[in-house]
Amino acid sequence: MAQFLQQMVNGLSIGSVYALMAVGYSLVYSVMNFSNFAHGGVIMFGAYFGFYAITLLKLPFPAAFVLAFVGTAVLAVLIERIAYKPLRERKAPFLYFIISAMGASIFLENIIIATIGPTFRTYPDVFGRTSIALGPVSIGRLDLIMFAVSAVCLTGLVLFVEKTKMGRAIQASAYNMKAAALMGVNTDRVVMIVFALGGLLAGIAGVFFGMKYTVYPQIGNITTKSFVAAVFGGLGSLPGAVLGSVLLGIIETLVAGYLSSQFRDLIAFVILIGVLVFRPTGIMGKTTEDKA
Amino acid sequence: MLSGINLIAVLGLSLLTGFAGLFSFGHAGFMAIGAYAAAYCTRTLHLPFLVGILAGGAFAAGSSWLIGRATLKLKGDYFCIATLGFGEAIRLILDNFQGLGGARGMPGIPQDTTIWNVLILDVIGVILLANIVRSRHGRNMIAVREEELAAQVAGINTFKYKMIALIISAAYAGVAGGLLAHYMTFINPKMFSMTKSTELTIIVIFGGLGSISGSVLGAFVLTFLPELLRAVDKWRLVVYGLAVIGIMIGRPRGLMGGFELTPSSMRKYIAELKSARSAKAAQKAEDATPGKDGL
Repeated sequence: MAQFLQQMVNGLSIGSVYALMAVGYSLVYSVMNFSNFAHGGVIMFGAYFGFYAITLLKLPFPAAFVLAFVGTAVLAVLIERIAYKPLRERKAPFLYFIISAMGASIFLENIIIATIGPTFRTYPDVFGRTSIALGPVSIGRLDLIMFAVSAVCLTGLVLFVEKTKMGRAIQASAYNMKAAALMGVNTDRVVMIVFALGGLLAGIAGVFFGMKYTVYPQIGNITTKSFVAAVFGGLGSLPGAVLGSVLLGIIETLVAGYLSSQFRDLIAFVILIGVLVFRPTGIMGKTTEDKA
Repeated sequence: MLSGINLIAVLGLSLLTGFAGLFSFGHAGFMAIGAYAAAYCTRTLHLPFLVGILAGGAFAAGSSWLIGRATLKLKGDYFCIATLGFGEAIRLILDNFQGLGGARGMPGIPQDTTIWNVLILDVIGVILLANIVRSRHGRNMIAVREEELAAQVAGINTFKYKMIALIISAAYAGVAGGLLAHYMTFINPKMFSMTKSTELTIIVIFGGLGSISGSVLGAFVLTFLPELLRAVDKWRLVVYGLAVIGIMIGRPRGLMGGFELTPSSMRKYIAELKSARSAKAAQKAEDATPGKDGL
């Protein structure tokens, strides 16, 4: 029982980081209707921003953290301006968006390999290794902070989308971009805000991911799992993305704990295919109507 | 040599992406299936090389039928996600399945791939694909790409044509995988990661969506270029990434699109590859009535 609880705690903490990444995919999908594969590259940049802010600039952790997520928010908006905006204006088919996103993701990954190199880097120890004991379960400080920050950010995001005027503009654009534009919503700005929000959360997730594991250029590939989580929960739905991520995190740690860690990655993709075959809209995704 | 092998996989992907308008992230998965099936046939069952290659193609096509049945009904984006999951799942299964060598790979495959049988298969592949594209089936695929709903209304069974495109393209990838296995004499699951899939897609995009000649050119240039530019190798993919975005923004039809003067001259290019004589005829046709040749 103690082991089970321990696994649940680990699953929750990794699931919360997946959630930060997955909402980025979901936000963009809900408004633009395509999967932004460059998101993994943005997450990876977040990890590097944080790493160099701490080691090179010798910034204290909170400042480095802010620098990292502001940096990735700017980066995400830049990618949108350069790689997607011209396509958006031309009303290009979604195939071109995906190809462009793929190009951006290849570029981001390899610019790091070419300039910094493919070596693995480890974050300096910021929070200490001691863990907090809660009865039979022990929680690492990093895990606790990861979970708390993720929860705060996700709550903040939901409040933003539900309560503010901009949030309602995002909802309207997600429902129908053209109609929203006719009603006076500046859809161009909505898209920018969506990318900025996704990039911001990507930066936070990148820093945590880098701290929990290591920093290397292919982190973006691991983040495909957060994308799986977004599909699992239902692309385009924020609560779905969070739920899918937490479930995926828990399932993964349980599989790794009770079966074998080798099957951990496999299970993610088996879930992905299973969801796509039996329930493509995910747990709580919006019904995909034919937009042809 | 390697470009010839790549070309076969690229041709298949070109049919799927360029002509049927489906985007696949999982083609390396089909290549892996082809490579392992072919290698198993020749290495363990001691079957002839040709049987192995064909088995590779058949296995890849069979698995594509399964995956297609399950996922082709999905809208574009979801199909592409499904192929991503499929490709990764294949790699991870091979990684963990000890019967085929697991993560250590499969050594000692006979080196049967020669420049000649690659060339022959390349030529067969190009001619076959050109004929498919120009047939009624090929035109139906293009119709599906251009406007799925309209194609459906016009009485085209869109699911069937997407499936045909997927199966043919997977068979090409499987054959390419088989050739690769018998060229390298050693295969492991890492060779068929997502990077391989994206590389193939890049070649198709560079060559130009919906252009066979473009894919041929793309496969040769993009496989040769890195050999010449070894010194700046690490910048290669950086440039590729930028170039892909640039192509999408500036010239979504790909590089070969720049060579065509009239929409119909792409057909002349294919004719040109098939024989110099028919190319001349097409040129004459263009001189006489621009835009109305052959068909």
